[in-house]
Amino acid sequence: MTVVALEDVTFAYGEQPAVKDVTLRVDEGDFLGLIGPNGSGKTTLLHLMLGLRTPDSGTIELFGEPVSAFDDGERIGYVSQQATSGGGSMPVTVREAVTMGRFAHAGHRRLTADDHAIVDDALETVGITDLADRQVNQLSGGQRQRAYIARALASEADLLALDEPTVGVDAESRDAFYQLLESLNDDGITIILIEHDIGVVTDRANRIACINTELYHHGDTESFVESDALTEAYGATGQVVHHHH
Amino acid sequence: MTATGSLRRRLEHVGIAVTAVLAIAMIGLLTIDAFRSVPGIGVLYEQARIAGWWADHYLGTSVFYHPFMWRSIATGILIGVVAPLVGTYLVHREMALIGETLAHTAFAGVAVGLLVSSITGWNGSLMVVALVVGVLGALAVQWLAERTDTYGDVPIAIMLTGSFAVGTLIISYGRGMTGINVQDFIFGSISVVTPSGARLMAVITVVVVAVTVATYKQLLFITFDEQAARVARLNVTWYNTLLIVMTAVVVVGAMQILGVILVAAMLVVPVAAGTQLAQSFRETIYLSILFGQVAVIGGFVLSISQSLPTGGSIVVVAIACYLLAVFASSRSSPAISMH
Repeated sequence: MTVVALEDVTFAYGEQPAVKDVTLRVDEGDFLGLIGPNGSGKTTLLHLMLGLRTPDSGTIELFGEPVSAFDDGERIGYVSQQATSGGGSMPVTVREAVTMGRFAHAGHRRLTADDHAIVDDALETVGITDLADRQVNQLSGGQRQRAYIARALASEADLLALDEPTVGVDAESRDAFYQLLESLNDDGITIILIEHDIGVVTDRANRIACINTELYHHGDTESFVESDALTEAYGATGQVVHHHH
Repeated sequence: MTATGSLRRRLEHVGIAVTAVLAIAMIGLLTIDAFRSVPGIGVLYEQARIAGWWADHYLGTSVFYHPFMWRSIATGILIGVVAPLVGTYLVHREMALIGETLAHTAFAGVAVGLLVSSITGWNGSLMVVALVVGVLGALAVQWLAERTDTYGDVPIAIMLTGSFAVGTLIISYGRGMTGINVQDFIFGSISVVTPSGARLMAVITVVVVAVTVATYKQLLFITFDEQAARVARLNVTWYNTLLIVMTAVVVVGAMQILGVILVAAMLVVPVAAGTQLAQSFRETIYLSILFGQVAVIGGFVLSISQSLPTGGSIVVVAIACYLLAVFASSRSSPAISMH
């Protein structure tokens, strides 16, 4: 089943094109790494896929529906770039934040014991049960990422979209975090990951989309590593971040 | 959970329950006052006045016997519930100055209301017109914010000063047509609270509390992580509009006692105090409302006993609460960091 399908998608901020003629497909169970240099339109492309922005031309489908008509919000878990920097000074506990994953299910009804049980399971799965009563803004970067993933799990999302989730997270927590993503992917959750560290992407993702306004590569990881899409997309400036083990 | 933690939680729940009972009693009192010409309710009205007389007798005051004081106190108590309630969302959306802006819009509304009531001779129209203009101002702020993609300072500053400017023009134009002192609306006063203004506050309270309870989840999600809420297909624009309109409504109600200049304090200061001490968002709301009550009741006591302006007294007590909360939080939990 196709989770996301883009057809000739173009988007510009005023006169400045950010995404041009991109056609790509994400299938159920994929782990798509979305890479490209700074300002290459990765985040814009992800926002287009999720319906946060409307394309100037082209079509986008989410779970087989036009993205503008899609309303099963609980099927998508989203960890935005801002999420990494933390919820400011707002006192919200980890449990409250994870419970938000149930809100799209509940609508205006009260949360039930089932909802709370699902939240407990999500906390358990990512291993932050003992932090449930702590405030999100008191957590370390790595713990905070887990809280956001737990929120996506609580919404029982089929698609997990993450925008550079490990900025400011120490190396050890980062490895553990990517292991968690891999195991969620093994359980059948489709993942779209924006990541500046290309090594991480080639290690974990089974599909790669390399973009710099236009799409330079879209296919499996092996063919990406063998191609020169990377140098083409990043150009002569060569700001490539390599991952060292 | 620690023993002190659960004791604290129980105290908060008791405080909120007492506040709820107090607020319902105040709404009841205003209802009795409004319908006192109905035979059965007339008896209740007489009983309430007798109770007020006894209260004055024992306290050595001259406050509770007078129905106009009931209205002012009731309005104050209700402001102490709804302003921090709505303010909790505003403060954590970093929209604190929106309240101040909407107060100035409402001032333009009062000016229009004065003009309308002097022309039509209908006295009840003042607050209603202020409410309508306040809500229109709120929608304009929301419209501007969406066009400029932010609740930034510039559109806010334009809106704030612009509506005040329009208000002064209208008042100057209508000068001499009305007997109402505009100063009372700028600085706030107990004597401003008219019977219809107090009743309006009761209706505002019921509606705002009901709407906030019904949309608690959605407002919380949007406040905490707007983009994720959008992805979860919450109608963010609709809830933003709802929040800003509720703010306008609360500001118009609260302006009667606090005045245009000080009304934003009630949306912000109790919340700032609550945030210092709260561990969760729910607790923030509870503590903010409790600090709101302390500020209003403390402010009334200070104002009546020392013959000081009510609005200023309430705000000063609120800020004293805030300073105490800062002091308490820096002593008890050094782990909490305010970014």
